[in-house]
Amino acid sequence: MLARLAAVRLQEIRQVFRLAPQTSRSFSTALNYHIDTPDNNPDLPWEFSAANKEKVKEILSHYPSNYKQSAVIPLLDLAQQQQGGWLPVSAMNAVAKVIEVAPIRVYEVATFYSMFNRSPVGKYHLLVCGTTPCMIRGSRDIEDALLKHLGVKRNEVTKDGLFSVGEMECMGCCVNAPMITVADYSNGSEGYTYNYYEDVTPKRVIEIVEILRNGEKLPPGTQNSRRIKSGPEGGNTTLLSDPKPPPSRDLDAC
Amino acid sequence: MGLGLLPSRFSRIPANRLFLRSIVSNSHRQSPEAAAAAVPPPEPTPDLPPRTPVAGARVHFPNPDDAIEVFVDGYPVKIPKGFTVFQACEVAGVDIPRFCYHSRLSIAGNCRMCLVEVEKSPKPVASCAMPALPGMKIKTDTPLAKKAREGVMEFLLMNHPLDCPICDQGGECDLQDQSMAFGSDRGRFTEVKRSVVDKNLGPLVKTVMTRCIQCTRCVRFATEIAGVQDLGMLGRGSGEEIGTYVEKLMTSELSGNVIDICPVGALTSKPFAFKARNWELKGTESIDVTDAVGSNIRIDSRGPEVMRIIPRLNEDINEEWISDKTRFCYDGLKRQRLNDPMIRGSDGRFKAVSWHDALTVVAEIVHEVKPEEIVGIAGRLSDAESMIALKDFLNRMGSNNVWCEGNGPNPNADLRSGYIMNTGISSLEKADVFLLVGTQPRVEAAMVNARIRKTVRASNAKVGYVGPPADFNYDYEHLGTGPQTLLEIVEGRHPFFSTISNAKNPVIIVGAGLFEREDKDAVFSVVEAIAKKGNVVRPDWNGFNVLLHNAAQAAALDLGLVPESNQSIVTAKFVYLMGADDADLDKIPKDAFVVYQGHHGDRGVYRANVILPASAFSEKEGTYENTEGCTQQTLPAVPTVGDARDDWKIIRALSEVAGVRLPYDNFGAIRSRIRTVAPNLSSLDEREPATFGFSVKPESNQKMSSTPFKAAVENFYMTDSITRASKIMAQCSAQLLKK
Ligand code: SF4
Ligand code: FES
Ligand code: FES
Repeated sequence: MLARLAAVRLQEIRQVFRLAPQTSRSFSTALNYHIDTPDNNPDLPWEFSAANKEKVKEILSHYPSNYKQSAVIPLLDLAQQQQGGWLPVSAMNAVAKVIEVAPIRVYEVATFYSMFNRSPVGKYHLLVCGTTPCMIRGSRDIEDALLKHLGVKRNEVTKDGLFSVGEMECMGCCVNAPMITVADYSNGSEGYTYNYYEDVTPKRVIEIVEILRNGEKLPPGTQNSRRIKSGPEGGNTTLLSDPKPPPSRDLDAC
Repeated sequence: MGLGLLPSRFSRIPANRLFLRSIVSNSHRQSPEAAAAAVPPPEPTPDLPPRTPVAGARVHFPNPDDAIEVFVDGYPVKIPKGFTVFQACEVAGVDIPRFCYHSRLSIAGNCRMCLVEVEKSPKPVASCAMPALPGMKIKTDTPLAKKAREGVMEFLLMNHPLDCPICDQGGECDLQDQSMAFGSDRGRFTEVKRSVVDKNLGPLVKTVMTRCIQCTRCVRFATEIAGVQDLGMLGRGSGEEIGTYVEKLMTSELSGNVIDICPVGALTSKPFAFKARNWELKGTESIDVTDAVGSNIRIDSRGPEVMRIIPRLNEDINEEWISDKTRFCYDGLKRQRLNDPMIRGSDGRFKAVSWHDALTVVAEIVHEVKPEEIVGIAGRLSDAESMIALKDFLNRMGSNNVWCEGNGPNPNADLRSGYIMNTGISSLEKADVFLLVGTQPRVEAAMVNARIRKTVRASNAKVGYVGPPADFNYDYEHLGTGPQTLLEIVEGRHPFFSTISNAKNPVIIVGAGLFEREDKDAVFSVVEAIAKKGNVVRPDWNGFNVLLHNAAQAAALDLGLVPESNQSIVTAKFVYLMGADDADLDKIPKDAFVVYQGHHGDRGVYRANVILPASAFSEKEGTYENTEGCTQQTLPAVPTVGDARDDWKIIRALSEVAGVRLPYDNFGAIRSRIRTVAPNLSSLDEREPATFGFSVKPESNQKMSSTPFKAAVENFYMTDSITRASKIMAQCSAQLLKK
């Protein structure tokens, strides 16, 4: 009897694992340690470009000279833009030199923030929100569709260097879930955009990819034409008129 | 961690409660009127038994006016302002569970294990990070506090592997102990636990990063105490892990200490991995002899084998850290040991003989040579007993050519202040300027260096250094490489002179490497002149220090092991090497008869004619004086190897065979002999400051050469016969030394 119950339970557990989706549910961030590759190792020289050196000076001027390390995040961002969307380890070392701290202090910051990419990304880095509301509204299908359409794995760059797909945690627009973000590194630091495309469907994301591939512009926001911003589909259903004032005693009658 | 105190705490507090309750309820029940009539119902001052601070901690009030009073479990305690709630509890004798808090590291407040209840605070507070405020009512034993701890424990165990049976920390793991004391008996987490890739930190520290609980003690230790910024906390959330990001070995001479401070089994000792369980080990409190600091250690042994060495707390010397050399040299005690008396035959090979035969041969030869051709050299690991025995023996044979290696050709043994650290290791913390002359404390005395670093970090003390380019783990100013710079300073031509003379508590540290220089006296008189002009030695402050290299040096000078002539070795016919491997062995003439008495088959053995096996520091009782003049002793942890004997006993036996019997037959007798020569060596665990300063020293008229100072220690990991025999030290020198 017990044995049978146990067997049934085991069966159920197996079932659960079998249903697990193909895309691995690993952490959204990349590895938290560095593996030397030909295009990313500490021996490669890296320097801020002449134009960015000016910007470095400007950024540093915002902080007292004994608290240079406060500039770590803006400088990492600058370095990431210069490198086309990602931070090789030698860039982090360069930042550490500028702010005069040990490199590990910079690595700590860079690994903490998921918007610092520590491996190459495409010109358009597509980030699928994987947190609960979006997941319930089908973000896994969206990611699968993207990966299949582009023929890459997560955090891999397409051959033409245009696209890569990553995952993000909740980006605060759950009301329009599911959503993706497009980090656009194609125009350098000035033209950098980080746009949300909301209410997407597996079909729509592929269209978005194609639009981007053709270099066209797509206004950010909801992709559901029947919604305005985060308002309800087909217009408001509540709060259609001014709310009634709360009932109160007739003061004059007292 | 003081979990030993927990049982007593548990038994004590409920007892108090019972006691309290019975008083109150009885008075009510027996005479309700009286209770009601008691005009202002007096706040029930709990009649608690006096409590003692955790681990006998002393409370130091820097400013008595700043004392505040708080209540811990109803018991009032006075603490200085600026104490944390955690420290207040410690003063009150309550041991708060903790993982991330460490009294010698900065406060991180990230494990939340130290939660306590504070009256009027809506949430439990992390006591280690919360400053105590006057009148605070802290409760450490309420249901809320207990529940909070249990919850934290459950979270910590969520991602902690259940691999205690194969974990080396088992039995001395804070997580194990505290989950027994404060945790729940079951968890509710049924998902898959996370796992983390192990990091390679080098030949000493083994990592099993999945066990890490992210307390960041190791990161703070590396950054703050060891001064190597290699470790960091990478990632965030459940992906958080300790690591170096790019693969990097931990190249600190103190790296072994992270093994002790890691509360779990994430960082353990690589050489000790899977060797023993801590409850099988016998601990012997001893001291370290690999350098002149005399760090306090505990030798853990199982049967005849030393299994590991760990530090003992001594605030004045090593605090609670030890260097990697101290910690990991122990495998050298098992390799290349001499275990039988041996005589070199005519074919050049050694043959094992009996003690009697060996001693007879030595005694015969020693009588055949002229007294002034007899030379004795004590090795760097010798204890005071064997050195006095050697000196007495040679004196009776008519020779006075006996010295200790490392003390140079003509040591100054007359003025004690000229060869010890007069400031004392712990008082270095009061200094505000350091002048290091020809010394690289990081490799010569890692624990002294840790003190200097602590001072530099705490008070921004300035460090000036004269010597060859060297590695420092704090900011320093490289003033120059040789005596020339000293001259500039003393003549006031160098800006550093004004730094010294304007300092409140300047410290000058001269390296013992200078002892080997021909112009040692001249260099010393220049340094003394700097000290005089810079007001370094005052009645209330003595900042003139010599940093010695070996454990034997200070005691040797105290006992007067000074050669009569510094050329005696080149004319010697009979050389007695008592563990001396670093003396000028190639200066010994070809036809000289060399006796090597020692525990390791090291350099001295190649030249020896007779080998007398002796016991190592882990096997004998011996008196050592450290570089600051503190006398300490080793205790035998394991039996001697083979037929080896204690050094002084061998010489005592030899003296009898040679017909000049030394008058001491037991340890007490030889100690009283030492007392007559150097009384300070008989007060154990006490630091005896020198009585006279160098002002009474006669002028030297030596000429100073301009040869720059040399680095005294080539390889930090291998400095004596034990460490040279150690495989672990060999690995360290191969992998960790910057070439
Ligand atoms: S490795 Fe040990 S000391 Fe370091 S953070 Fe993890 S648990 Fe703490
Ligand atoms: S869950 Fe996707 S944006 Fe919040
Ligand atoms: S000991 Fe207080 S939070 Fe860790």
